[in-house]
Amino acid sequence: MGEGSTRFKRSLLEFWRTFRANKLGLLGAFLVMTTVIAAILAPALTPYQPTDIMRDAAGHPLTFASPAVHGPLGTDDAGRDVWTELIYGARISLTVGFLAGFIAMVVGSLFGITAGYYGGGIDNALMRTTDVLLVIPDLPLILVLVATLRQMQLHVSPLVVLIFVIGLLYWTSTARLIRSQVLTIKERQFVARARAIGAGDNYIIRKHILPQIMPLIVANTVLIISTAILVESGLAFLGLGDPTQPSWGTILNFAFDRNAITNGAWWFYLPPGLAIVWVSLGCVLLGNVLEEMLNPRLTGHHLEGGEKMVAVQKQDREHERASA
Amino acid sequence: MSEPLLSIRRLTAEFTLQQRGAPDRVARALEDVSFDMLPGQTVGLVGESGCGKTTTLLAAMRLLPANGRITSGEVRYKGKDLLTLSEREMREYRWKEMSIVFQGAMNALNPVMKVGDQIAEAITLHHLMDRQQVEARVIELLELVGIPRSRRDQYPHQYSGGMRQRAMIAMALACKPSLLFADEPTTALDVMIQAQVLELLRHIQQTLGLAIVLVTHDLGVVAEVCDSVVVMYGGKVAECGTADQIYNHAQHPYTQRLLASFPDLERPGMQLASIPGTPPRLTELPSGCRFSPRCDVKLDLCMEVDPPAVKLEEGHVAACHLRRGKEARSA
Repeated sequence: MGEGSTRFKRSLLEFWRTFRANKLGLLGAFLVMTTVIAAILAPALTPYQPTDIMRDAAGHPLTFASPAVHGPLGTDDAGRDVWTELIYGARISLTVGFLAGFIAMVVGSLFGITAGYYGGGIDNALMRTTDVLLVIPDLPLILVLVATLRQMQLHVSPLVVLIFVIGLLYWTSTARLIRSQVLTIKERQFVARARAIGAGDNYIIRKHILPQIMPLIVANTVLIISTAILVESGLAFLGLGDPTQPSWGTILNFAFDRNAITNGAWWFYLPPGLAIVWVSLGCVLLGNVLEEMLNPRLTGHHLEGGEKMVAVQKQDREHERASA
Repeated sequence: MSEPLLSIRRLTAEFTLQQRGAPDRVARALEDVSFDMLPGQTVGLVGESGCGKTTTLLAAMRLLPANGRITSGEVRYKGKDLLTLSEREMREYRWKEMSIVFQGAMNALNPVMKVGDQIAEAITLHHLMDRQQVEARVIELLELVGIPRSRRDQYPHQYSGGMRQRAMIAMALACKPSLLFADEPTTALDVMIQAQVLELLRHIQQTLGLAIVLVTHDLGVVAEVCDSVVVMYGGKVAECGTADQIYNHAQHPYTQRLLASFPDLERPGMQLASIPGTPPRLTELPSGCRFSPRCDVKLDLCMEVDPPAVKLEEGHVAACHLRRGKEARSA
């Protein structure tokens, strides 16, 4: 047991060492992590609630106060603290992004693996479904779907509707990507070997195909999360968000509706916009670097990794000495 | 005579070749392949590329690729016809009863799985032992094939070619099968490693008493390690018999030419013979005997009628019109 955990620790350490060397990956991780931490620690980072209204000495709401007058980022049209709104909004944006990304990953992987592995009629049916979804323009479809679902009085938060609609529409590229990988992997001889040792389809998919495409899935998920955050922001900006749980897109919508631009209140509309760029850029950088790293075929070949090879030989020698 | 371990009877298999814009073509990869083997025996399967050696092995394990199909015949293992089993029942036979060392060990190992885990896989898949026992067994197997235990947690790309091949053999032995199919275990290895791998196979056979079907191009290897030999040509068995019958009393013209095309150490400097022409395409088989277009002693009959397998002596069968009338009367 102990041996297993040290082995795990060692591989984690190795992962970190490779990761640290990649500046872009570090930047991506930094951007994503700061946002996640800010979202989690939101109550500790601000003394206010997002609904609290700032007042001046006379008790009047402090509307459109510039950062010079109030707090780090000023106030909005109703006198609410923009910094507070921003970090509480991060919670909403990230939640929608992560959950929708996760749903898209699960659906896309299931479709991709099933279509690629079983082939034939199943492949055809699944891929034609994917094609249909792929050619419908995203935004109009989502607008119609979200609006229709809202009308249906489902008694769920509009955010839940958003999560499912985004998650169930943005899996198509994942599915195609994964299918193409599965198609090449299932023809490899080690799959034939697995079948020869008596493995069934489920076992082969779990043990031999999934680990091979896992890097792809992980990297793709991070990229899809960024798409999901962007789409959510767009929808919220168009007024399809939940006004009681404002995300960054909702804040932008408010700013736009309440003439923040004509009032010159840049502190109202710039921060949420930059936050969206911040986290989606982080996801993209992180996703690309993760894909490069999690693929064992791209690391340490025994002819290249001089240092690694020496270490292994040292181990061998130590082992021989121990057994002698 | 004891019960044969594996008895292949008139096994016929075909591949459907799809081509865009053209009608599907059928390649008859195996036709009426029959041979027997006893427990603990080594059978050599020889022939040119594309003559159906690998297909025979895959068909016997029912592992033909999706476009391949066994159309008729029997594969009797310990008296049970494997072709009548369900896929689930067949899985129980794979690896526990018969295992295979694939051609080209690099491709047969999963590049992202530790070698030790891949060996353990077969054992855990058949629920034969608990975890500690599996670990012990993996180490035991690695040491049996001469791989230090410190290499257990390495990935295939960290192994040399010979080590990978030996790891494959270790893997094949994991569930103590009674029958091992070795599909050109020595191709792509240098001569020293070839000798090591063959020595290993022989050692394993002697200590574990398992039967081996050895597919190879190398007739020298066959002479050295095999009890009996099956010579295949164009998806059919041209001749089969004991090593002595084949090497010293070959009856089929193809076997004779094949033997003549190997260098003889006792007569250095002699011109090597080769067989003119190329093996037949399996989609466009000649009428009559498949070897007839390349045969220098053919009769008119050979180009019209496919010769049936003729039993010449106990255990010696050849499919050639020239040998008809010489059947063993005892049969």
